[in-house]
Amino acid sequence: MWDYIDGISSPVERTVIDQLIQTDLEWKSKYSELLEVQQLLQSSELEAPSMRFTKNVMEEIAKLQIAPATRNYINKRIIWGIGAFFITLIIGFLVYGFGQIDWTAQGDSKLPVDLTNVDFSKVDYSKMFNNNLVNGFMMLNVILGLFLLDRYLANKRKKFHEEA
Amino acid sequence: MSTGLNDNELISRVLKGDQQAYAGLVSRYQNYVFTLTLRFTKNREDAEEVSQDIFIKAYRSLADFRGASKFSTWLYTIVNTTCITFLRKKRIEVHSLDNEKVFEVADSVDSGMRANMVEQKSRVAMVNNAIEMLNPDDAEVLTLFYKGEQSLEEIAMILGIEANTAKVRLHRARTRLKDKMEKHFAEEVKDLN
Repeated sequence: MWDYIDGISSPVERTVIDQLIQTDLEWKSKYSELLEVQQLLQSSELEAPSMRFTKNVMEEIAKLQIAPATRNYINKRIIWGIGAFFITLIIGFLVYGFGQIDWTAQGDSKLPVDLTNVDFSKVDYSKMFNNNLVNGFMMLNVILGLFLLDRYLANKRKKFHEEA
Repeated sequence: MSTGLNDNELISRVLKGDQQAYAGLVSRYQNYVFTLTLRFTKNREDAEEVSQDIFIKAYRSLADFRGASKFSTWLYTIVNTTCITFLRKKRIEVHSLDNEKVFEVADSVDSGMRANMVEQKSRVAMVNNAIEMLNPDDAEVLTLFYKGEQSLEEIAMILGIEANTAKVRLHRARTRLKDKMEKHFAEEVKDLN
């Protein structure tokens, strides 16, 4: 009903509600109630500060300088550089971790070029990331990587909404 | 004088060093900012101080305004964050939509407001008093939508939430306002009909 009053309901919803208001007394009464609230809200007034307000603000800012724009001193290349550094670290650690796995523990001396033939239940994972320090560092990197991904997706979504 | 200029022209002047052009922006938005701030502080002295602080912050950060949104939307974002910080400092409980304490506080000032209402007997006074009785979150979203000329998308941007969440908040705030008016100003509402 509020969407209908705000004028943001779809044409189909509008038609249905139009009919309901005309035919159903309960809907008609509810519509009148909400419309009254809407009109009251529109009639509300803004409060005003003291007469000296603008003068006070101007006196305060007379002592101040406008700060340089954030985008001028935050270089995007540095941000992306940091991102690339952590992504490289994550990939490096993953390569290192998988390199530590004993693929031949299942009894086959061949390297698992064809992964479909590998019995993963027999592969020895015990050497993979068995160092707490390395694991902790990996976890930190993964969190930072996810944070970066989240920022990237949020920016994409924002751009999409702006374009829409 | 710079009063005939639009927001972006005034901002451009300020950024070029014409500090006096900022007075145009202050006088244009002071009532909006003051009203919004008053929704949080609930008293005029604090609202005036916080509003002044908001305009000073906006001036300091003016170079960061890129014109991607309306100046008012950008300014109200500063209002929102500054007021939340103010409330945190004052240790006033806010936010929860079901915060009973906020309603108790609102109810306790009801008798004074009612006396005021008898004198004024106007629609405007009744709505303003009912809005004052709401919790700051509800009062803010109503003020932004009805008086701040902000769309749901812009409100979402100001509050840092999704547009759909802003819509739900607005609907809830209106329902709560309606309840408040029915509970505390039933006779006045009848008189107006």
